[in-house]
Amino acid sequence: MENEIIIAGIGQTSVGEHWEISLRELGFYAMDAAMQDAGGIRPQALFVGNMLAPNLSNQAHLGALLADFAGLTGIEAALVEAAGASGGAALRQGYLAVKSGMVDAALVVGVEKFTDTIGPDTEAALATASDSDFEATQGLTPTAQAALLMRRYMHEFDVPADGLAGFPLLAHANGTGNPNAMFQKAIKAEAYQKAEMVCDPINLFDMAPHADGAAAVLLTRCDRLPIDYPYPLIRIAASAQATDTLALHDRSDPLFLEAVQISTGKALKQAGISVDQVNFFEYHDSYSIYAALSLEAAGFAPRGKGWELARDGALSLTGRLPCATLGGLKARGNPGGATGVYQTVEAALQLRGLAGRNQVREFRFGMIQSLGGPASTAVTHILERLQS
Amino acid sequence: MEIPRHWRLKQQRYGLVGEVCPHCEAKIFPPRDVCPTCGGEAKTAYAFSGKGEVYSYTTIYEAPTGYDQNAPYTVALVKLQEGPIVTAQLTDLGETPLEIGMPVEMVTRRLRQDGDERGVLVYGYKFRPAGLV
Repeated sequence: MENEIIIAGIGQTSVGEHWEISLRELGFYAMDAAMQDAGGIRPQALFVGNMLAPNLSNQAHLGALLADFAGLTGIEAALVEAAGASGGAALRQGYLAVKSGMVDAALVVGVEKFTDTIGPDTEAALATASDSDFEATQGLTPTAQAALLMRRYMHEFDVPADGLAGFPLLAHANGTGNPNAMFQKAIKAEAYQKAEMVCDPINLFDMAPHADGAAAVLLTRCDRLPIDYPYPLIRIAASAQATDTLALHDRSDPLFLEAVQISTGKALKQAGISVDQVNFFEYHDSYSIYAALSLEAAGFAPRGKGWELARDGALSLTGRLPCATLGGLKARGNPGGATGVYQTVEAALQLRGLAGRNQVREFRFGMIQSLGGPASTAVTHILERLQS
Repeated sequence: MEIPRHWRLKQQRYGLVGEVCPHCEAKIFPPRDVCPTCGGEAKTAYAFSGKGEVYSYTTIYEAPTGYDQNAPYTVALVKLQEGPIVTAQLTDLGETPLEIGMPVEMVTRRLRQDGDERGVLVYGYKFRPAGLV
């Protein structure tokens, strides 16, 4: 029990277009909130999840930048980058640092400042996460890559044109209960059917909006918590990370996300639970198709059937496996390297029982999953509410 | 920009040169030195025929810098006859209705332009419907 790694503090900014707030300020707001939430615990190490600051803000060296700006100069700090999975990967590094005993308390912050750049330069920055020599050089973008997968998926599994609508409908319904979400308005099925095509067959609602945001968690060991710690204890029950080929075209079966399967399998084994015991799942719905493929590779649905879970209501707050419980990437917004930490914060809120009207009914085990590119990196964590 | 890199990739860009694994005969593109099929060392050059079929496709409207002047354009996953899949733009489509499974063949075309006066024109493979004269 003493050695359990506890998520002692959580913090987040709202997700959106924060024109008036800089990269360093965004990061600091979330860090400060997480440290205060943890009763003022001072971290000895800082792990920063970020994907694109060197491209979008001409700013590298985020470890020193954020430690400095937060008044933590002197502590160990470094960037962890794994494209869209940067936040999940940073969480894992924080977990490993505390678990190893080398560090008593670690602060993990995910931050992304998208709005410093707009248009083709943003598309070029996003494309750096793919295979530069053989994908980006062909003018491929992450959105186009998801569209290639979605078209093939619909072709192979006879999915109707609006078959994936359930994912954005769910996300937007859940976004209404999250004051930090970028979109807090539900959408109707007709809106999906009429939506503008972005990258055929991906329409406006099949992709999560890139936006500014920062989220942070403070990790420490159970025996380091303040005596008057006010919250139920949330431990990291499992932490696993896996890779697949960087380029999508290098896979013998592009429609199966092997890194999702590997990292989920390892995480379930570490936590000592079966997939049926996961009470809710924060999947990486950067595009609807990734939500469907993740549900399949993680073992929640047979191949080609992931989309049916969304269609049939199984993923709603009262369903068999609530997903994207506070809006997911689609409605909360997709702040790149921060998303994995947002998922952590949101799962912790659920497990504390403090998710307001989005509270899931059963909340012992929550699984969160952060993907980089077409799951070239997949990071899976399982959080558990410890019984008092 | 990045002149050495574009120069280094000329065999792949212009000739679709990959590798054949000397141990298991797997055809590999792009070249990667470790065979993804058997794990053995693979450094034997192999030129692909350039023939294949469309595995999936989409159209890009919001393009990255260097490509935005050519938008919209069509990009595809092309399954080569020899096995591997490549990411490539489709070109010379004319009125041909695109569909999964459509046979295509490699051609050499301009991929990107950097715009400024010192910018490099990058050429490489694209694919067009097979059988055009």
